[in-house]
Amino acid sequence: MKVERAKLSWLERLYIPSILNGFKVTMRHFFSWKRSGVYADKQSDYSAKTTMQYPEEKWPVPTGYRGAPYLVKDVDDNTKCVSCQLCEFVCPPKAIRITPPGQGGEVDREGAEKMPKEFEINMLRCIYCGFCQEVCPEEAIFLLKDYAITGENREELIYDKEKLLSLGGADERAYDHHVQDGVDEGIKKWEKKTQDAQNQPTFH
Amino acid sequence: MPEFITELLNNHAWLMVAIKVLGVFAVVMPMVAYSVVAERRISAFIQDRVGPNRVGIPFTKIKLLGLGQPLADGLKSFLKEDFTPGHVKRVFYWMAPAVSMIPSFVVFAVIPFGSVLGAQKMVIADLNVGILFTFGIVSLGVYGVVLAGYASNSKYPFLGGIRSSAQMISYEIAMGMAVVPVFMLAADPTWREGLPAESEWNAYLDGTGLLNLSSVVAYQSDGLFSWLIFKQPIAFCIFLIAIFAETNRLPFDLPESETELVAGYNTEYSSMRFALFFMGEYAAMIAGSALMVVLFCGGWTLPIDGFNTPAQSLGMGVLHILVFIGKIAVFLGLMIWVRWMLPRFRYDQLMNIGWKRFLPLSLANIILTAIVLWATA
Ligand code: SF4
Ligand code: SF4
Repeated sequence: MKVERAKLSWLERLYIPSILNGFKVTMRHFFSWKRSGVYADKQSDYSAKTTMQYPEEKWPVPTGYRGAPYLVKDVDDNTKCVSCQLCEFVCPPKAIRITPPGQGGEVDREGAEKMPKEFEINMLRCIYCGFCQEVCPEEAIFLLKDYAITGENREELIYDKEKLLSLGGADERAYDHHVQDGVDEGIKKWEKKTQDAQNQPTFH
Repeated sequence: MPEFITELLNNHAWLMVAIKVLGVFAVVMPMVAYSVVAERRISAFIQDRVGPNRVGIPFTKIKLLGLGQPLADGLKSFLKEDFTPGHVKRVFYWMAPAVSMIPSFVVFAVIPFGSVLGAQKMVIADLNVGILFTFGIVSLGVYGVVLAGYASNSKYPFLGGIRSSAQMISYEIAMGMAVVPVFMLAADPTWREGLPAESEWNAYLDGTGLLNLSSVVAYQSDGLFSWLIFKQPIAFCIFLIAIFAETNRLPFDLPESETELVAGYNTEYSSMRFALFFMGEYAAMIAGSALMVVLFCGGWTLPIDGFNTPAQSLGMGVLHILVFIGKIAVFLGLMIWVRWMLPRFRYDQLMNIGWKRFLPLSLANIILTAIVLWATA
């Protein structure tokens, strides 16, 4: 193939106009402290250049984002999980491992028959699919917005019950998460499902 | 100075040379390190980024605008795996980084980086053929690149090596030719009579020949417009561009051109060996800048009283060295900046410019200078 080369004029072949142009462009960029428009709504604290200063600055996580799954507590600071092990069963990569309390295990809230003795999620295995949140009858596990899961070794990344509960925090946070997704606060999952079903148009 | 030290230094001249060598090394190495940081920061700013701004003093939270970066980079390249691919020619492969780095440092031997400190002239080897020595050494630098290309035994480094040798040969000639008029002016000993502080200069230049770099500096000490950048602008432009080509800097970085040749001659290198190439490149930049400062921009002199004669006190001597370093920094800044101003030349353009433009132009410049000198003599 023959590439047609544009004929350069005498001035162009001196390369001086292009050198000056290059100088102009680099100067403009060097002294420009503007944030690029692409990030305009994303970043607020830092004002210089386009680089996002992670980890001081972070992307606002969009609604509906599936981050790391954590256990949540109810408003009275009690464990919500009832150790039904549905999440363990449904988890595709088998990231969840629950040790049930066995006979006569204690519970910390009324209306619960049992609570897990140990609840581990291996964050290295988890694929953030959200099945556990979907399946949980007690709304005890939520995929919150954490995405930067770091640790120095593999053991550290197997989160145990205490860690999951403290990271998950009280129930409101989970509700917030859901409210953003368009679910009213305080509505139990199954009630919502029932409502949805009732709201379906009927065909008869 | 205590008696015995003076005596020791007088009896063993090499001691003083060793001290100077160490001194120059101690200045040039940090300059290499920090020109890398400067390169990264300036590049980042031109590209609307921020660049490395995190590393400060180790084990503290002090960031210092990322000035600790060289330390981290150095440590990193030491700790990385030094991988030798199976298909390389080992001996040459091991030699190449050293061969490319050493010449860049050796150039500093003849560069007058300051006037005097005490009784010592601030140049390691005050050669009477300083400029010839420089050219001889600078052109050795290409062997490292060619050797790396050959030893790597794979196609991209090989192409890089070939390009490098062609490029160096072309620009070496233009560069040498560009410097000829400089010495046509500086080697005419009559100018020494007109200098403001003639006796001091005469003492300083005692026994130096006219191809000596110190004498070029002395020639330019007489006011701003005696700087050869103003007297020989064409020579300066050619020399500047040739230095860009010699140091493989954009827009002439064809041996490395990462868009075409992966990383050119250093594709197969990793870890400390790659760092040696890298340091060699920056040392060559500094050496090239130093040459430009000495030949065209008045060396360590400034057209101000006190800065245009050899130093009378230690303090002034140090200031002269700082002036020299400052001027080098300006040229380094220019080299870094130009990297983002111009796209890389095509290979045929490169050869065209070298042989068809700069060579005739520098020859014409020599003739022009000769005519002017003859007419005014
Ligand atoms: S999000 Fe998916 S992979 Fe992760 S723990 Fe829940 S069910 Fe398992
Ligand atoms: S988190 Fe939910 S699904 Fe999993 S064991 Fe507890 S209650 Fe059952």
